[in-house]
Amino acid sequence: MKKNIIIKVCTGTGGIASGGEEVLSAFRDAVSSSGIKAIFNERCSAQKVGCRGFCAKDVLVDVIINGEKTTYKHIKQDMVQRIVDEHILNGKAVEEWTVGEDYHTFHDRQTKVVLSHCGEIDPEDINAYMAVGGYDAARKAVCSMTPKEIVDTVKNSNLRGRGGAGFPTGLKWELGMRIKSDIKYVICNGDEGDPGAFMDRSVMEGDPHSVIEGMIICAKATESGHGYIYVRAEYPLAVKRLQMAIDQCRENGFLGSNIFGSGFDFDLRIFQGAGAFVCGEATALMRSIEGKRGMPSPKLWRSAEKGLWDRPTVLNNVETFANIPRIIMNGAEWYSNLGTERSGGTKVFSLSGKVKNTGLIEVPFGTSLKKIIYDIGGGIEGGKAFKALQTGGPSGGCIPAESLEIEVDYESLAQAGSIMGSGGMVVLDETSCMVNTAKFFLEFTQAESCGKCTPCRIGTKRMLEILERITSGNGKEEDIDLLEELCRYIRAASLCGLGMTAPNPVLSTLRYFRDEYEAHIRDKRCPAAVCKDLITYSVVEELCTGCGACKRACPADAVRGTRKSPHRIDADACVKCGTCFDACKFKAIRKQ
Amino acid sequence: MEETLQKILDDYKKNNGNIITILQDIEKNFGFIPEYAVNWISKKLDIPASRFFGCATFYSQFHLRHRGKNIVTVCRGTACHVKGSERLINRLLMELDIPRDEDTTADLKFTVEKVNCIGACGIAPVTILNNEVHGKITLDKLMKEIKKIKAGE
Repeated sequence: MKKNIIIKVCTGTGGIASGGEEVLSAFRDAVSSSGIKAIFNERCSAQKVGCRGFCAKDVLVDVIINGEKTTYKHIKQDMVQRIVDEHILNGKAVEEWTVGEDYHTFHDRQTKVVLSHCGEIDPEDINAYMAVGGYDAARKAVCSMTPKEIVDTVKNSNLRGRGGAGFPTGLKWELGMRIKSDIKYVICNGDEGDPGAFMDRSVMEGDPHSVIEGMIICAKATESGHGYIYVRAEYPLAVKRLQMAIDQCRENGFLGSNIFGSGFDFDLRIFQGAGAFVCGEATALMRSIEGKRGMPSPKLWRSAEKGLWDRPTVLNNVETFANIPRIIMNGAEWYSNLGTERSGGTKVFSLSGKVKNTGLIEVPFGTSLKKIIYDIGGGIEGGKAFKALQTGGPSGGCIPAESLEIEVDYESLAQAGSIMGSGGMVVLDETSCMVNTAKFFLEFTQAESCGKCTPCRIGTKRMLEILERITSGNGKEEDIDLLEELCRYIRAASLCGLGMTAPNPVLSTLRYFRDEYEAHIRDKRCPAAVCKDLITYSVVEELCTGCGACKRACPADAVRGTRKSPHRIDADACVKCGTCFDACKFKAIRKQ
Repeated sequence: MEETLQKILDDYKKNNGNIITILQDIEKNFGFIPEYAVNWISKKLDIPASRFFGCATFYSQFHLRHRGKNIVTVCRGTACHVKGSERLINRLLMELDIPRDEDTTADLKFTVEKVNCIGACGIAPVTILNNEVHGKITLDKLMKEIKKIKAGE
């Protein structure tokens, strides 16, 4: 009996955090000790694969026997032996551990282009990438296409920059191609700083070769000899896997001099960021590679004319580059047909927050937000009511329930008062306070403002102070007007995108949830019971069994009472940490 | 110390580095950026120390003060925020007895720091305990891990 057995274990950041490495080595041990190879006289391998998107169910394991795939969820090290014994040796899947219907609907309703290799191939092995057609596109572009042909293909594909602004990639490359210089650069922007966004991390970790391949094609189109991948410091695993990929490329002659034997030279290196959100901005990023403080400069020239070390530079986002090999192989028409008239192809979103199926999803442009949240995301966690969808990170805004029908693309989201951004989507439910959410983002932009231009440096500070005032119950009636005025000035006068978009979270929440601001200011009340200074914790006597769980848990010794009789919270001692609320099993702690 | 610094200097020359890569090497070797190290390298390279400090204070990865032996990093990304990371930090500081406006325990055993987003939003809230990522964390789970570290010392 000949069998071909492949075991794939998710080892993205999410998978590793849930114990992916241990599960993988347990499989490897089990496979070698049970002598499977000898029994079946055939190949059996356990391999690591990148993030497959459904991090909520990690560690995910695929067992593929003669092409028939079974997926297991929440696998721990000690569960491995049973899978090996029952499934691999005896051919009977361990039903109770396999994924349910929700896993399949989550995946079946997506269109995977960029993520098609993530979770399928071993990211640390160039042969695995080449087995699925990897580097065919780069070889084709380098050996048999002219720069103009490449640029035209990208232009016709209607691909737009996935970093957030949505500038047509083909146009950028065309400019890069036209400008003549003996030294030119290609930069991949992997400084994915938006909190709540992790698609670039997953691509760099799960399919690093596709990014490098895209860069090689770009280098050929613009005739650049040097490349940089700028990866943020918070992604050590991405750095490791990209470095492995680069080394393997050099060994295979895909990077370095005379690549693919074509006479064309291109090499690239990784530059690790040092932790500054503003470095996601193109000019700041280039200053950072030059070893300076990452501060944006006024855009007197396009980067394609004067970029890194004042040389012509084409800079694209990770996801943009990862799309390129597919476009070269499948054609511009195929790609542009996937999306809408204005934006070609698919977009990866990271869906997180209060939604059932958190993870990475990829859908064509034009998919409605409703479909993303309810069909793919599985709806709101814990049966609570949907309140808003936050898109675009700190530069974006909140979209309320009534706008969920909109079909997602760069323009439609901007119309709704938010932005596409890099593709973070955080679902907020009824327990989220919108003023607090706006304050959270302002805290972020205020801290990350580089301080070069006044509107951003001081304006965001003043806005944050007002929001702090409102959330602590000291808001004044005129605060809303003042906020709106500041928003207008900061948006108009800031130097770079960070400042220009910093008011978005406030503007969009003011637009859709003004009543919450008013409740904080006029009634000194937080409707969602989040803002610490505006809530009190108390015990509902009828529900309290006097079990003492809250009393033991309280770090401030603010709970009084004796066993088996209703307890009481001493408001003066209470620090409003919420520990008692979590500790109570009888819902006897009231937060209001 | 000079020996390590000389090695950092050699690497810089060999790899065509810059101020940021030097600072990254110093931070990696010493756990923070000692003033002495910056002045030493600044003299050798004839680059004003202010340029080093300019970068060191700009990027959050660099620290100018001693940090704890164990680092607890709490993610403050949006997804983690929505899932209660703010409360987690407040309670953690309380449990570890770290004074207001400080981030390190008096005995230099623990440093609690925030990170903007580590991109593991699917398993929020997330903390990193000495380079090990823990997803879907609660204060109880975290305190158990911290106790384990304390007991191991």
